[in-house]
Amino acid sequence: MSSSELKLPDYREQSPAVAARFQRIRERPVILQIKDLRKSFGTNGSSHVVFDRVSLDIHRREFICAVGPSGCGKSTLARIIAGLDEASGGDILLDGQVVGGPGPDRGMVFQGYTLFPWLSVKRNVMFGLQQQGKDLNSAESEARQWLDMVGLSKFENSYPHELSGGMKQRVAIARALANNPRILIMDEPFAALDAQTRCQMQGYLMQIWKKVDITILFITHDLDEAALLADRILVMGTNPGGIREFIENPVPRPRSSAQLISPEFLALKKRLEEHIHPPVEAEPMEKIPMVKLTDAGDEVE
Amino acid sequence: MANHDWLGLKKELPQKRRLLLVGFSFLLPLFLWCAISYIPWLWHPLIHVTDPGSVDYFTEGMNVKVADYDKELAKAKAAGTALPSGYAVNPIYLPPPHKVALAFYTAFKTPPRLPNEPWLHESLGHSIRTIFLGFFFSSLIGVPLGILCGSYRFFAKLQEPFIEFFRYLPAPAFGALCVAILGIDDAPKVAIIFIGTFFQQVLIIGNSVRKVDYALIEAAQTLGAKGWRLVARVTIPASITDIYTDMRILLGWAWTYLIVAEVVGTMSGITFFINQQARYRNFDNVYAAIAMIGIIGLCTDIFLAWLGGILFPWKRKTQRAGKTQPVFPLIKWKILNPTVPAKSGIPLHVV
Repeated sequence: MSSSELKLPDYREQSPAVAARFQRIRERPVILQIKDLRKSFGTNGSSHVVFDRVSLDIHRREFICAVGPSGCGKSTLARIIAGLDEASGGDILLDGQVVGGPGPDRGMVFQGYTLFPWLSVKRNVMFGLQQQGKDLNSAESEARQWLDMVGLSKFENSYPHELSGGMKQRVAIARALANNPRILIMDEPFAALDAQTRCQMQGYLMQIWKKVDITILFITHDLDEAALLADRILVMGTNPGGIREFIENPVPRPRSSAQLISPEFLALKKRLEEHIHPPVEAEPMEKIPMVKLTDAGDEVE
Repeated sequence: MANHDWLGLKKELPQKRRLLLVGFSFLLPLFLWCAISYIPWLWHPLIHVTDPGSVDYFTEGMNVKVADYDKELAKAKAAGTALPSGYAVNPIYLPPPHKVALAFYTAFKTPPRLPNEPWLHESLGHSIRTIFLGFFFSSLIGVPLGILCGSYRFFAKLQEPFIEFFRYLPAPAFGALCVAILGIDDAPKVAIIFIGTFFQQVLIIGNSVRKVDYALIEAAQTLGAKGWRLVARVTIPASITDIYTDMRILLGWAWTYLIVAEVVGTMSGITFFINQQARYRNFDNVYAAIAMIGIIGLCTDIFLAWLGGILFPWKRKTQRAGKTQPVFPLIKWKILNPTVPAKSGIPLHVV
């Protein structure tokens, strides 16, 4: 109620600093280009189209969040870009080259951690490096650097099951980044974590992103998370599936949780809410026919 | 802890009670055996004659039915002739526990009756060698084939239907065939254990490998692993603990095929010993030898469980949290308690 009564700015209004930043981003080279991507399930007789005509450019070191209602195919999009699923049509270009199956140039962080339980934390981070043919010593020293960066050097010899969820996900991030991918795809990476840990992880991710030359595509269903992290927010929808809007986030950087109540943030959030939860004819809530069973003398109404 | 219920539905029992119950699981049957053996009025259907008295068909040391003895005793009393005497015993095929316990030692010390017969330790050694060879050859082919079937649908479809069929053919049915092909010595025995193990092995290991979480394979793919390396670096290590457990179970099955295998061709190993001792009516030795098979099997399994804890340190905690309750909690408990490092104290920075 209060937010609609409050006079909010247009979510497209950008302060000069934010506008300049987007200008700079647009001048950077395009890392990932998606052309007319289409995904449908089933045979040609009765096929269900997940999304269609998805086209977008992601620039170097951009932080993109993809949001949308469940079933809009945001995770499918991530998996197709990573090469784990096949598209039904369209192209994905990484640095101008069409990419097919999975490869180390597109790092992936999954919701379920997917750390290798039989390898120590350090060995997990070394996995990709060794696949690329790096010798043991250089792989080990590189892995140590990455673990240092995510703050887990003390745990390099622990096994994944000895770590908490947040720590596991930090190892997974280090493991993906150690491969020097062109883009890091994160598929609802913090969805399984409790609210407090998720907040911490968002902080860690921001720090890492500032230190490393990495482009991030972050899938989430948490609108606050998207508004807090992203440069641009890709809003996807269902029926028909596809891109609804690609919003430039007006909230200035550096971000902090204090901005959660800033006018730009609220304006953006309101716009996102409109996309994800379209206004429905509000039915008056029916009163439940409840017989009073207690008389504790603490009635609130 | 104090409020723990002995019969809590699916509730974990405290360590002490678990150990107590494990002890009881062995003590209860032993107690029953002791009761039947040492309490005369419980069973004891025979009388061991110490003095035949005037009964003409009694001889010293023979066992007669209680009813017959009573009849003869009454007759002798009525006739006023010398009374027979004796004491109640169990049949010879049920020796008391102390005799069997003693047999564990004496069986090794008893020289074989014929010069070409093996000693007990030789028989046991022979059996263990047969099992080992059969299991080794089976694993040599079965494990790689199982991994292939579990990893690639191609091999699964090519191999598994036939193996599924073959697994229903009872291994002992091949006894005569094995002897005809491989002769009467050890080769057919090893072959029977091979047949009994191999087909199960391929299917079970194939299944374990198939259960590997596909997300791990996907993760490895996004890290640049491809083709055969995915199998070598992800599928195999991810399923190795399950394969190890499968092998432990399969080894148990191999033991059950041993007795069948050893009667094929010339009888050999522990089966020969048991048969020979039963023929001499040394039933204490028979029980001891049967128990030895169980003890060897159990000790092997406990050893392998302990070894598994050392080989696969990452499994320790997950196993403890898992559903399978270990047979020997003390041993498992010792290896399943790794030291968990303290939580990190990394300072938290806001965005």
